[in-house]
Formats: sequence, structure tokens, C-alpha cells
Amino acid sequence: MPAVTSKLAVASFAIALFAASTSAALAQKKYDTGATDTEIKIGNIMPYSGPASAYGIIGRTEAAYFKKINEEGGINGRKINFVSYDDAYSPPKTVEQARKLVESDEVLLIFNSLGTPPNSAIQKYMNSKKVPQLFVATGATKWNDPKDFPWTMGWQPNYQSETQIYAKYLLKNMPNAKIAVLYQNDDYGKDYLKGLKDGLGAKAASMIVIEESYETSEPTIDNHIVKMKATGADVFMNITTPKFAAQAIKKISEIGWKPTHFLNNVSASVGSVIKPAGFEHSQDIISAAYLKDVSDPQWKDDAGMKAFLDFMTKYFPEGDKLDGGTIVGYGVAQTLVEVLKKCGDDLTRENVMKQAASLKDFRTEVLLPGIKINTSPTDFAPISSLQLMKFKGEKWDLFGDVISADAGG
Amino acid sequence: MSAAEEVVAEGHEAVEAVPKRAMTLGTTTSLVVLAALLIVPAFAKNFIIFQITMLLIYGLAVLALNILTGGSGQFSLGQSAFYAVGAYTSAVLMEQFNVNYALTLPIAGVICFGFGYLFGKPALRLSGVYLALATFALATAMPQLLKLNFLEHWTGGVQGLVVTKPDAPFGLKMSQDTWLYYFTLAVTVAIYVFSVNLLRSRSGRAFMAIRDNEIAASSMGVNVALYKTLAFGVSAGITGVSGALGAIAVQFVAPDSYTITLAISLFLGMVVGGVGWLPGSFVGAAFIIFVPNMAESISKGLSGAVFGVLLFLVIFLVPHGARQVAIVSQQMLGKLRK
Repeated sequence: MPAVTSKLAVASFAIALFAASTSAALAQKKYDTGATDTEIKIGNIMPYSGPASAYGIIGRTEAAYFKKINEEGGINGRKINFVSYDDAYSPPKTVEQARKLVESDEVLLIFNSLGTPPNSAIQKYMNSKKVPQLFVATGATKWNDPKDFPWTMGWQPNYQSETQIYAKYLLKNMPNAKIAVLYQNDDYGKDYLKGLKDGLGAKAASMIVIEESYETSEPTIDNHIVKMKATGADVFMNITTPKFAAQAIKKISEIGWKPTHFLNNVSASVGSVIKPAGFEHSQDIISAAYLKDVSDPQWKDDAGMKAFLDFMTKYFPEGDKLDGGTIVGYGVAQTLVEVLKKCGDDLTRENVMKQAASLKDFRTEVLLPGIKINTSPTDFAPISSLQLMKFKGEKWDLFGDVISADAGG
Repeated sequence: MSAAEEVVAEGHEAVEAVPKRAMTLGTTTSLVVLAALLIVPAFAKNFIIFQITMLLIYGLAVLALNILTGGSGQFSLGQSAFYAVGAYTSAVLMEQFNVNYALTLPIAGVICFGFGYLFGKPALRLSGVYLALATFALATAMPQLLKLNFLEHWTGGVQGLVVTKPDAPFGLKMSQDTWLYYFTLAVTVAIYVFSVNLLRSRSGRAFMAIRDNEIAASSMGVNVALYKTLAFGVSAGITGVSGALGAIAVQFVAPDSYTITLAISLFLGMVVGGVGWLPGSFVGAAFIIFVPNMAESISKGLSGAVFGVLLFLVIFLVPHGARQVAIVSQQMLGKLRK
């Protein structure tokens, strides 16, 4: 009898233990559509074709990075299944692809979809479906709006933050500057301009002497430059995309205008802007950066840069290391991996947003020293600091402190 | 069964003479297709329903081009401009003036009809490639026009406008997508029937007479100038309605949505569907929606090239598009019966 009881006791204990362990496991592991014990499905939309196809390299870098993560064992034992579609930078196509990802492929979230118009087109849909639209690849300021769009988050410093930093510098060092602004006539250009005006505050009206805009369809912007020189401005705020930035740098030097030249980060690449424009024309230009520049020799022995270059050689040998897109793709993919790691076994969409909104001093090693990723439930702008730099010789020299400026949408 | 068998699949001009009955499907075939379209939502996911809605919308735009090119023999590479005007009319009315979405469609149609008619006036002096170039210019200019500063108050400028998707009315228990699908289907059927009847009417015969030989048509008493501009107006009006539906379905309008690529896609859809064959418009729309996705699944980096190869194959193997396929399969069926 005692033997029987003890056996029963053991059995019931075992059963109880088993039940407890399974229920504990159930309590720990929580999944939404797109996540399982073995896989996390991530959606992505990129312009692999069409007018903005140069940015497609970002998506290809991310795919290569997730391949690396998978080969190293995945995230908490789960492999990343990265589904990336082409929208040719056409908003209606973006909507179709986003719906395909959410409703047909059933991804956990859409990550780093590219471009302001494409993301604007799906923002409402993603928020009504409560699917994270995480780390969008655009610098528009409106992505930092957690109150109205709690499922959308940016990544890179937004355009307004950058010009606010230039404004701070100007107010401190050249309070009587006469500023000439050249901007691209679209959302990107206008966002930058707004940041500058907000940053200058009450002095904006008196300091900005001319605002010139150009269309991307114009073959050259020479006439704008000549017109701005005629105003006698001593500061040139260059808010242009790479091709036009190179034209502007060259033209300014040719006509002998010597303003303090601020060049937006969009066109700060040595390889694709400065070098074609000519080093001799580019001395003392001021810009701001948040990522390390691959072509800059000062990072030659930097550990983060080495890790990036090793990754490129091993997993993405056909990709162009000098293309700014690869380093961006690498950095943003690392940030997503960090968020997913922090999610642990609670891979619900809600928890993904919660973890993404509680990054504290996270760094990917391709960020400049001193720049950290910080988010909170009221701050959906992961990177909001930049450091000023001046072009000397054949490279950018960083100067001053890392300056932060948070702008909300 | 269909009347298409009256046509012999030959002739090499881009626009050839098509007997008017051959521009449509037979009654039984049409009813079968309609029945199939009616029951689709019962079996399909919301995403598929959305895709078919887009197919119908692009189909309408291709149909409009088909009336212009297949009917009156005029080329247009500027349909995206009319599509954009329709989309923006609907979006601005809905979002800024709180007009009911269903009411915005006829308004978009009328505005685009006027726009197309006015554009058709000066375009009268142009023909063939010159007309194609003039319309091309219109399509290239449109995204810039939409960004104009003084319109920005309404259009939202480069940022575009977000459009609210309508709920099903009368407390019907269906999803927004299903409702929008049936709504689009109803509009599509109405416009399709209208177009078929238009081409069978006196005006339609006038269009086709102009297409086949302008001088002969005018000597028969057809007012060439009037009918050519009318064809432009009708085509633009239908494109406007489809643009308005597109804005409601996609829930977003922005200048970048209506670039020259869209105009070329629509033109492509017409060629693939068969110039002058109205049902082919929807086959062409399916081509421009689904084939890029297929091309992408074959090769991501080279999706454009794959798409080009597929397009080349279609043009090479079936130069008259879907109409030719329909005729051949009809003849095969006929032989089988014997």
C-alpha cells in the first residue's frame, strides 16, 4: 500500500511538474502572426526598379546581414525569413506590396520600407492593422509621431534635426550671417528648410536673404547659384541631392563666390559628391554626419568598420562598400536584430513596438563615436544626434561635440 | 460562341479594321465572367480582393485608352495625367470638402471629360507620333503641376493626401475591401456596357470611320474635328473615374503615383490585351499588375529585364495580344466540336 501511494505520489508529482512546465512555457512564449518557435518573418519593401533603384542596395545589404545572423544560429534560436518586395518607388504599388506582406505572407512586421511617399501611402493601413512599420528608410520628420501613429517609427536622424543643428552653429558663430538657401522642391527639401527656420527662430526672416528651389528635372542648377551670389549672401545652405550638390560645389568655386558652405548629410559622401566635384573646390565645406564614412581613412583601423568590411567581403562581396546604402542597411539591420533579441520569446507585434521604443544607449559600431540610439514611448526618433564636420584635404574632419536636436512630426 | 470568330487573325498595322461586334465578348461568355467576378469574394482573402479591385480599376483605364486608340485611332501616352486629375479630384473632394465618395466619381468623370475635350482641341492638329509626343508631354508635366504651391493647400503638395476608405453602407456586414470591390465592379460593368454601346452607336461608327480613313469619313459627312475631340473627352472621362476609384482603393494620392511610368503601363496593357478589343483591356490590366510580381520572383535585381523579356515574348508570339489568343482558342474549340 505505501509503495502504491508513493508511486501515485511520484506520478502525480511528475504530472504536476509537467503541467507546470508546459503552462510556464506557454506563458513565456507569445507569438503573433509571423513568428514561431523556429522563424521570424520580416517584410520589406524597396525600390529595386524605377527612378530610385539606386537605394535597392539597402535591401540587398539587409538580406545579406540576416543571412549572416541565420548562419550564426539566428535570434534566440529563430531564423529570420526576410521577404523583400519591389515597389519601384510608386505609392500604389507600395500599398499592394504591403498588403501582400501583411495579409498573404503574414509577416510579423514591415521593416525599413524606403521613401517618404511610399511610406506615407501605407502608414494609415499599417496603423489600422496594428502591424509595426519599423525603422522606415526616410528622414522625414513626420515618422516621429507616436501619439497618432504608434506603429510607425523612423531610424535615421530626421532632416529637420540636421538643419536645426546648423542653425545652432550659425546663431553661435555667425549671428549676423546672410543666408542663401538652395533646396530641392519636394518633401525632403522643405523638411530641411523648415528645420532651418525653426532653428533660427525669430531671426529666420532677417538672416535668410534668399530661398531658391529647383526641380529634379532641371539639368543644371548653375543659374540658381549665380542668382544667389548676386544677393551678397555669406552663408550658402546647400540642400540638394548628390548630383546637384556636386554641380553646386563646382559652380560656386568657378564664379569665385566664397560663402561658408553648409552641405546636407544626404550629399556628404566623399565618393559620390566631393570627389567628382573636385577636392580643390570642396575645402572648408561644413556638414554633419552620424555614420562612419567607409572612404574616410581615419576609420581604417576602427573595429566597427573592420567588422562591417568583413561582413561585406564574406556575405555581400558583390555590393559596393563605398555606396552609402550598404553601411545604412548594415546599421539598421543591426538595430532590428537588437530589438528582436530584446523581445525574447514574446514575439507579439505589441512587444516589438514596446522594445523598439525602449532602446537605451544602443550603438551599432558604424555610428560615429558618441552617437547613441535612444527611444521612449514619446520619442520615436532613434538617432537624433549628429556631429559637425569640415572638409579638409581629402576627408571630413569631425569637430565640436555631438549635438542632438529632437524634432517631432 | 462569341462573335470574335468573324475576325481573321491577320494584318500587320498597329490599328486594323475591327468589325464593331468583334470588339466585345458574346453574351454567354460575358455572363459567365460576371458571375465568376460576383462570387470571387466568397473564396478569396482580402488581399486578393484588393488585387482584383485594382485589376478592374486599371482595366477601366486601359479600356478608356482602347476607346481612344482602338476606336478613333488616336494615340495617347498621357493617360496618367487624366488618371491623376480624377484621383486628385476625388481625394480633394472627399478629404477637404467631405463629399461622399460615390458622388466624387461622376464629378471626377465630368472634370476629366472637360479636361480631355479641351486637350483634344489643339491636339487635333497633330496625328500619329506627334500626338503621342504631345500627350507624353502632358504626362511628364502632371506630377510637377500637382506640386504647385498655390494648389498645395488642397493637394497636400509633395506629401500627398491620405484618403479615408469607405465602410459598407446600410449596415451590410462585409469588409471595406469586399464592399469596395462590389462598388468598383458595379461601376466597371456600367462603364463597360456604356462603352460597348457607344462603339455600336452612330458616334462609335463615326470614331471607327475616322480611324480607318479620315478623308473618307469627312466626305461621308462625319464631323471629324468634333468626333476626334469627343473621343478624347470620353476617354479622359472614363480614365478620370478609374483614377478616382484608384484613389479610394489605394487610400493615398501623391504626385509620385502618377508618373509617365503609369501612362506607359496603361499603353502596354492595351497592346497586350489587343488594340480595339474591349475585354482585352482587363487581360492587359492583369498583365501590368501581375507580371511585374512574377518577374520579381524570378530575379530581384533583374526584374526589369525579365519583365522586358516576357513582354517581348508576348509581342513576338501573339502580336495582337489577348484577342488573338481568344480567337485561336475559339477556332480550336470549333474544330474539337466537329
